[in-house]
Amino acid sequence: MYGNATLDDGALPITPRSSGAAWLRLPARMLSAVSSNRKAVFGLLILGVFTAMAIFAPLIAPYNPHGTDFLPSATPSRDHLLGTTSYGQDILSQVIWGARQTLIIGGLAGLAATLLSVLVGVSAAYLGGIADHILSVFVDIFLVIPALPLMIIIAAYAKGGGMWVLIGVIAITGWSFGARQIRPQALSLRNRDFLESARVRGESSAYIILFELLPNMISLTVAIFLGAALYAVLAAAGLQFIGLGNADEISWGTMLYWGENNEALMTGSPLWIMIPGACIALLGASVALINYAVDELGNPSLRVTRRKRVRRAPRT
Amino acid sequence: MAVIIRRLEFFFITLWAALTLNFILPRLMPGDPALAMMARYRGRLNPAALNALEVAFGLKTKQNIFQQYVSYLNNTIHLQFGTSVTYFPDSVIHVVFQALPWTLALAGITTVISFVLGTFIGMIVAWRRGGAVDGLLTPGFVILSAVPYFWLGLIAIYVFSVSHAFLPLGFGYDEGSTIQLSWPFVKQVLAHATLPAITIILTSIGGWILTMRNNMLGTLSEDYVRMARAKGLSSLRTMMLYAGRNAILPNLTGFALALGFVVSGLLLTEIVFSYPGVGYLFLQAVDNEDFPLMQALFLFVTVAVLLAVLLADVVNALLDPRTRSHS
Repeated sequence: MYGNATLDDGALPITPRSSGAAWLRLPARMLSAVSSNRKAVFGLLILGVFTAMAIFAPLIAPYNPHGTDFLPSATPSRDHLLGTTSYGQDILSQVIWGARQTLIIGGLAGLAATLLSVLVGVSAAYLGGIADHILSVFVDIFLVIPALPLMIIIAAYAKGGGMWVLIGVIAITGWSFGARQIRPQALSLRNRDFLESARVRGESSAYIILFELLPNMISLTVAIFLGAALYAVLAAAGLQFIGLGNADEISWGTMLYWGENNEALMTGSPLWIMIPGACIALLGASVALINYAVDELGNPSLRVTRRKRVRRAPRT
Repeated sequence: MAVIIRRLEFFFITLWAALTLNFILPRLMPGDPALAMMARYRGRLNPAALNALEVAFGLKTKQNIFQQYVSYLNNTIHLQFGTSVTYFPDSVIHVVFQALPWTLALAGITTVISFVLGTFIGMIVAWRRGGAVDGLLTPGFVILSAVPYFWLGLIAIYVFSVSHAFLPLGFGYDEGSTIQLSWPFVKQVLAHATLPAITIILTSIGGWILTMRNNMLGTLSEDYVRMARAKGLSSLRTMMLYAGRNAILPNLTGFALALGFVVSGLLLTEIVFSYPGVGYLFLQAVDNEDFPLMQALFLFVTVAVLLAVLLADVVNALLDPRTRSHS
């Protein structure tokens, strides 16, 4: 925990360290802190199950997800635990394989968006002056321009571009929220003594930013990554649901697309839509729960102490 | 006043950025999808309409990029977006104006309900933090806000269709009736809007609850709240007028950030419910590769969001004495 960290900056946990070792120590500490939080453990558990599903899909999935050799629109049975689609595909196999692309998009797009937000946020804070002003306006513009219409247009122009187009589109529209959060914290760190001493030592700006500034913002960066990944999962599902990206690739979003276009809910195979949607919701919930826990770590005032209520001393 | 002028400034800068983005995008894309679209058009459109499209998509090679930009801005200001492919021979602007009121009404009503309700629940949850209400509601809404809007809509349709619907499951009004301002028709519209609205409120309210709760936890530890308690004011009064009132302003600031997400969710919800708004038009435009329609929709949604953000900012400036004293 951040128990002995200096909290002179209000709620932000800032532990000035002047060695690169902070890169190693902080995540370890965060992991131990997260594991003592029930919400986070629950979230990590779900995420772990989905990750295992994605990695071992070829081993777990009973059938080829593309194969159309079964009786169409079959109800759940011993052979097809979740039934089949109206094309005669095994729904369970599709769900298991679908985890793969959904997780990849969430992870990579989240990562790309996070990198962009750290880059812009830290640059703005570190450069200051007119550059800061321009970058901040830039961030605000991207913040208010509604993302979905923009994503739809770009994805529609890059027709059938598949997963990589989706990742690119989501990263382009998803970075501004994080940049807006990074900038003030980088700004508050900028004039700290440990950064000043690094400057006096004659370290380069790149060194200072990479090894002095960033390690001290890791909990915020993790929170931003989780937020961006959650956004990416939901955005990808939405885009694939309306048929953007490559509908022939198997993911939970494309399953929703095919299910909806074949009116699965009304024609007796509701699981075709229910299950992938529930998986997206569960994945999103797991990320949101972990994020919520990280938020509580970073901002101690949000932490709800679970101690017994101490009765006040009787008034005299 | 200075704050409002600054916000106006931002409004126009963002508007310009959106306009420019709209101009650049079709010109950046590889493989010239616009050219392919024009090829499909030929023979179906009259020369004037073709010409307008060529201007819009930069196919007029006689003009340099700067001249193209000027004529694009000119066309846009005069609301000339060309002809829609999907709804040929209707003009894009005609099609958009038919859909826009539906979306604006749905978005406006759901956003206000969700904001007011969410702020209120957030206030109570923070006041009783650590209690049963907080322990159940807060994680519950965290999970709910991670559910895709449109999927919740699909489930709602399924549940109501199985349980013999007493609410209409799609479209903006009953089939066959004409749009008019009469009580039976308004009742129809409200009935049709109920399920989409509930879906949107359920998924968007979590954000408000959570931000309000976090703000409120901040104000609860302030001295003036302790002071109110020390004075012996009632809990309700302390919660609403001391802690709550001061926590609302940051929530209002968060409005601008959240609106984009809400609009995105709303558009997808419209698609699920075949609601005759902008989202549904977007789907038609995507299916038919109707780029002029798509781009006009993007612009109009952006302008609507910008206006809402401007409104929230102005209200915020009027309510917050700190912003007033800066001027």
